[in-house]
Amino acid sequence: MTLPAGIQPLAAFAPLLRANGFAVAPDQVMGFIEAVGLLGPSNITDIRRAAVAMLAIPQDRRAEFDALFDAHFLGAALPQAVPADEEEVEAHEGTGETEEIPADPSDEDPGEETTATERLGQRALEDRPEEALALLRRQATHLPRRRSYRLRAAKRGRTPDLRRTLRDAVRRDGEIMTLPVRRRRTRQRRIVLLIDVSGSMQERTEGALRLAHTLVRHAERAEVFTLGTRLTRVTPALRLQNPKRALDRASALIADIDGGTRIGEAMEAFLAIPRYAGFARGAAVVILSDGLERGTPDGLIAATRRLRRIAWRLDWLTPIPGAEPRGLTEIAPLLDTLGDGATTEATVRHLLNMAKVA
Amino acid sequence: MAVRPSISGISSPNGLREALQSAQYLADEGLSTAAYLSLALGKPLLLEGAPGVGKTEAAKAMGSVLGRQVIRLQCYEGIDAAAALYEWNYPRQMLAIRQAGEEYVNVYGDQYLLARPLLEALRAPEDTLLLIDEIDRSDHEFEAFLLEFLSDFTISIPETGTVRARTHPVVVLTSNRTRDLHEALRRRCVYHWIDYPSPELEAEIVMTRASSVARATADAVVASVGLLRQELLAKPPGVAETVEWAEAATLLAAQGAPWPEAFRRAIGVALKDQDDLAFMAPRLADVLPGEAA
Repeated sequence: MTLPAGIQPLAAFAPLLRANGFAVAPDQVMGFIEAVGLLGPSNITDIRRAAVAMLAIPQDRRAEFDALFDAHFLGAALPQAVPADEEEVEAHEGTGETEEIPADPSDEDPGEETTATERLGQRALEDRPEEALALLRRQATHLPRRRSYRLRAAKRGRTPDLRRTLRDAVRRDGEIMTLPVRRRRTRQRRIVLLIDVSGSMQERTEGALRLAHTLVRHAERAEVFTLGTRLTRVTPALRLQNPKRALDRASALIADIDGGTRIGEAMEAFLAIPRYAGFARGAAVVILSDGLERGTPDGLIAATRRLRRIAWRLDWLTPIPGAEPRGLTEIAPLLDTLGDGATTEATVRHLLNMAKVA
Repeated sequence: MAVRPSISGISSPNGLREALQSAQYLADEGLSTAAYLSLALGKPLLLEGAPGVGKTEAAKAMGSVLGRQVIRLQCYEGIDAAAALYEWNYPRQMLAIRQAGEEYVNVYGDQYLLARPLLEALRAPEDTLLLIDEIDRSDHEFEAFLLEFLSDFTISIPETGTVRARTHPVVVLTSNRTRDLHEALRRRCVYHWIDYPSPELEAEIVMTRASSVARATADAVVASVGLLRQELLAKPPGVAETVEWAEAATLLAAQGAPWPEAFRRAIGVALKDQDDLAFMAPRLADVLPGEAA
């Protein structure tokens, strides 16, 4: 079957979108063609609007879409790298020099020597993070929970189940024999994991992402962001089942891996986006970072204070416990715990114990 | 899919835009195109955008343009079918059984059914506009349930049978995007992202909504709200805040406060977060509208 000539370019647009990672369903394409017909398109803007509305293009992929649209309908050259800026929020850019990879931490961190010895000791443990991850998988139900708005029938509880009582009574000719009760359901609190991917955390980055992958796959709800010179949301990438592919996709998203550190600004960016800040509301927020911040830690402290108020609890796990840099000592009183994040095992234990500590 | 190019006398995006304007809602072309397409194709309209850009207002204005009653379903975490669809009126059923004594009584009649928003909208699809507000607050389960409702527009009540809409009702969904909606839900809808309006449009909105405000004041307020939205704030001011700020400052100015001072004292209607106020305090003078009167 051949399509009428007028429709062909419209229909041919869908495969192009699909090839670029837009989920476009056939009935959406039909809707798009119908919509163009309805608008009796007087100009290209009508077609563009119809496409955005009928193909439900998310706002944060609009730039990418526009580039494809221009290429397809206007014959513009496809930009070399279509900005895949899904979920990528740049922290405010400072002046150029902070962009560099920070120098060897030894010249700025007095606790570096202890760190080195400690890390040597932990190497052996680090070789078997699989066991820790397996523990997290098995015990994911022990992550902290909150009471839901919803009630469910239960054997014991304080709220009488009116509907069930009356339904039973209707069945039994209006006699009430028992009094069924309901209680609040529980749901897992969202875990928000903020992972520092700067150069000073290089050794822990992969382990942390592996852990994040297991968490995203097995917790009921979890969100993962990476902090560096900018903020990146990696949750969608980590939803893939295969750990290697998930990690590859996540690393591709993180443009600032092993780069400089501006955690404070990245955290401010996190808080400034209502959607992201909403993730932290009532959630258990866990930051995996050594707290080594370029420049003054003022922004970091302000952001932490703010995050503390939104979140249910806020924990900071550092790979070098006992050797906190400037910023972290000031933050410590704001945190629920300043804990040990040197190994996957320690981190997993912390996550699973959060419900008890509270 | 039944295409209805003309509904209630509206037969083009521009026609809808003018109608909305007379209902005191100033829409841009993107919104009027998406809204028109949703009406013409009988698909739900999904409006996403930051809080306070006028998503709910848009739905209400559409209701008044179409001459339909707006039925609003406010979503919340834990909303369930009993709150959205229908519930049996158990006390009445009980009474009926008691009164009937030995007689047979059908307790599943219409008089024992409490219709909730979705059922209400299905029963009168030509007279109502169903507004499903803040869908992002509901649980995933509810979203999945809506999916079924929005594709078939039927509700089955086990005791009595299936209620089917004669025509596709007009449905508007709004989301603040606190979480991603499921792709399948987006796919069933006509989508529009409402952005903050352009400065010119926002000044027009202020003038339309707040009759007492002078044009110069409106322009000045819009300009400084634009500056505020560029800051990293927890709660950037929405369109409603802009209107209120202009009104509040005008009121204070009428009582004798000088202009910049009037804006400063009325800042509480624009910035509603102590952290934001503290954050902006040192630089507030740069952002505040200057001499405007």
